[in-house]
Amino acid sequence: MKREKATTLYIGPQHPGITGNMMVRLKVEGDTIVGARTEVGYLHRAFEKLVERRNWVQSFTMMCRFCVPEPDPVEESYARAVEMLDNIEIPERAKWIRVLVLELARISSLLLWHAGQGHSLGLYTMGQWSVGDRNYILDLFEDLTGARIYHMFIWPGGVRRDFPKGFEDKVLKTMDYLEKRLEDYDNLLFENSIFQKRTQGVGYVNPEKVIEHGVVGPVLRGSGIKSDIRIDDPYEVYDKLKFEVPTQTGSDIWARALVRRVEIRQSIRIIRQVIEKIPKGDVYTKVPNPQKWKIARGDAFARTESVRGEVGMYVASDGGAKPRRVHFRGAAYVHAVTLLEEVLIGQNIADVSAIMNSLGTCPPEIER
Amino acid sequence: MSFFDLRGTLKPLTSLKQFGKNPHTIRYPEVPVEASDRYRGFHFNEIEECIGCGNCATICMNESIDMIPVEGVEGDKGDSGLRPRIDYGRCCYCGLCVDVCPTGSLSLTKDYIHVSEDPDTFLFLPGIENPDANNRKTYISTKETSLNDWARIPMPELEGKERVKSFAEVVLGYNEEQARQEAERCISCGICTEVCPDHMHIPEYINAIASGNDEDAVRIIYDNNPLPELCGKVCTRRCEDVCAIATRGEPVAIRWLKRYATETADASDVIKDIVNPEIRERNGKKVGIIGAGPSGLTAAYYLALRGFDVTIYEANEKAGGMTMYGIPKYRLPLDSIQKQVDYIVSIGVKIHFNTKVGKDISFKEIYENNDAVFMGVGFPKAWTLGIDGEDAKGSMQAVNFLHMINSGEDVEVGNKVAVVGGGNVAIDAARVSRRLGAEVTILYRRRVQDMPADWEEIEGAEDEGVHIEPQAIPIKIHTDDKGNVKAIEYLKAEMVQSKDGGRPKPVAIEGSNTIMEVSAVMAAIGQQGDYDFIDKEYAEKIKIERGRFVVDKNQQTTLPRLFAGGDAANRTADAISAIADGLRACKAIDAMLMPSNK
Repeated sequence: MKREKATTLYIGPQHPGITGNMMVRLKVEGDTIVGARTEVGYLHRAFEKLVERRNWVQSFTMMCRFCVPEPDPVEESYARAVEMLDNIEIPERAKWIRVLVLELARISSLLLWHAGQGHSLGLYTMGQWSVGDRNYILDLFEDLTGARIYHMFIWPGGVRRDFPKGFEDKVLKTMDYLEKRLEDYDNLLFENSIFQKRTQGVGYVNPEKVIEHGVVGPVLRGSGIKSDIRIDDPYEVYDKLKFEVPTQTGSDIWARALVRRVEIRQSIRIIRQVIEKIPKGDVYTKVPNPQKWKIARGDAFARTESVRGEVGMYVASDGGAKPRRVHFRGAAYVHAVTLLEEVLIGQNIADVSAIMNSLGTCPPEIER
Repeated sequence: MSFFDLRGTLKPLTSLKQFGKNPHTIRYPEVPVEASDRYRGFHFNEIEECIGCGNCATICMNESIDMIPVEGVEGDKGDSGLRPRIDYGRCCYCGLCVDVCPTGSLSLTKDYIHVSEDPDTFLFLPGIENPDANNRKTYISTKETSLNDWARIPMPELEGKERVKSFAEVVLGYNEEQARQEAERCISCGICTEVCPDHMHIPEYINAIASGNDEDAVRIIYDNNPLPELCGKVCTRRCEDVCAIATRGEPVAIRWLKRYATETADASDVIKDIVNPEIRERNGKKVGIIGAGPSGLTAAYYLALRGFDVTIYEANEKAGGMTMYGIPKYRLPLDSIQKQVDYIVSIGVKIHFNTKVGKDISFKEIYENNDAVFMGVGFPKAWTLGIDGEDAKGSMQAVNFLHMINSGEDVEVGNKVAVVGGGNVAIDAARVSRRLGAEVTILYRRRVQDMPADWEEIEGAEDEGVHIEPQAIPIKIHTDDKGNVKAIEYLKAEMVQSKDGGRPKPVAIEGSNTIMEVSAVMAAIGQQGDYDFIDKEYAEKIKIERGRFVVDKNQQTTLPRLFAGGDAANRTADAISAIADGLRACKAIDAMLMPSNK
């Protein structure tokens, strides 16, 4: 075959798919990608640096900005790291509420993934339906936390408020509704021959390379490796809950989609258990006056399972009223940079957006 | 997989389910939406409840809150007069401002859409621009969800039964851990600073204590108060009345924290080492000070630091004035005052003790031999009850009684004492009498809640077994044939609401005469000045109104070069006001004599 001259093509930085502002600079020959380079910097607001001039309580409101679609695992990681640093034991009920919030956030994020994965392949109904249904989850967040997207709810010491009146019933009703809707999603997306044909064998991640890259979450599980922080290093009350961690061996978009298809059902299962088993009690252990709260010199690392995989927060204190250093590591840091650059080689231009979505790209996680 | 997949083609047609149906997204604003009951929308502020402490502005991590003066809000004691203004270009609706609001006046509402043609509308004064949002409050501050610490660390004290056995100090003081914990409660709003007559740097020294820098705290305190341990023990602490935390909880123990910091320096040379004051070179100007009470000592200390040659003339054998001779030692031990006075002397202040002006030295001599004179002469003379039998043996003035006790004299009070009055002096005399082994009853004209004494003192007296007989008006002191006090006769009173809306007045009930057998009666109904020591030629030029020297804002009297402060010039009549007077006079004298120092 005659070799064509490579052309440079820019995907982004205006929202390639619905992942957020980043850019992939492609070298293409015809429709085929022969080189890819991730270019970031369009979202950089120096979150980690900003935290250094805010006190321990103020800082928690920064955390949601690390990932817009699923802010709660980041809040959870920060709160838990600070609690480890200052030896704060949080009330039992707060732990259960945290799990509920984290799982609601997973569902909300997975619904957004349905939309993104559908959109990137031209299946627009999927996105309209799942984003519409996501609103019901956001309603729950609004009732519980007072905000729909940036919840700022999980803070050092527990959670900010207890359930409002009638919240448990509303959660269960929403879960029942959502479970029925998932059948429609199967019809729209997973049974759809277009979706199958455009995802099977596309975006293949070499399973031998996943560990080397530091891949986590559904991408890792889609490559046949069973790994989930909620099981491997259980936090809060995950060890008291029953749920399955799905795996697939295809290592392509289709395999990762099937993993996520099961995960959303497992999250519903967890939420039902939380509502059934949650104990009564306080939701907050009082921390000192925010202006005067100093934490002894030391450091701590806490990690939480998000929809994209493990997110970790390293917090160091020099004994002062503000964090000396906060370092955040999100799944997208690997998935959307080194892994993406490798996976894209040999793929078709039309699949770039779908592959980015499938890898769990979230640019603010990269640009901290 | 075949090219044509029938199942995979038909299944997605499930999308037709929604055909012809309304979308379940809501078309706002055509369809009104009610936000949830906890929604974090625009702010609302109860303007009347807000005290302008600015804690919301301090916590705001986006720096989106400014505290600004607002029309219609007058600042007064306990209210800075400022109110928060939110910059909605920066606000992230985290609601931390609500969670730290000590008064609970700030809240968030259900409102989340605001339409205006005004380009500056994003600067928003909650409560003023949306007064009607009161009923749409959602995210509110409660005591349980608040980030403030409402409860004070309790102060360790001696048990009531133990106390009456001796003159040992009742309040034991915070230990280091307790002090740090208490200091951590402070939100550094500075509302207290405005109210303190001396404008002490309260948030700053509390911050220093909270961070473990006790020596810094002492240095900060000594910046404008040379008698801090005295204030740390007996200050009237109006700062605590207005503490922002006190709006819904117990005020920060400002007085006890000052006490803690200053007690870490346990001798005068330690104070000197810590404060390490910068003493200016002598400027050749002389200042005479009459009275070594709090105002005189304060003026002397700061004048000496500024290079003046300062001499104090004190009638008694020890310095401290009323705080030395009027306050019992279980509240303010001798060592406490002595070490502070020693420190003041150590920086070059001269004190002539047992030197009564008008007798041992004339006022004229002091006035003519000094470039400026400050009088902190206090109110040494007690008011008498003006009833029959008051000159009997065993009938005495409470201040004189305390003076004698504090001078180490033995005073015979017998086994049953009646104290007349409701102020701190009355309580002091009663508690001292208890320590002398007497049964004590306090007779007060009004109700217990009307007593001007500190509530802590009243409680302390009751703990020690002092009986308080409220609404009792003494009319006669009965004596036996030897002229000794035998009993006190009083009328019960009822409280009658005054017609002009003032506080209720006690009116004696006819025929309610009660006679109580006592061995001593102490009058504690107030004191007055005694200005006979001033030579006539000067006295004519010094204006006195209602028993006090008339002074301007610089403590300057109507006689040139003569300044006055403390009880004899200040109606507030407490130690911290006297200290403030002394400091003000010092600055004025410095400005007058050394204009180049500015």
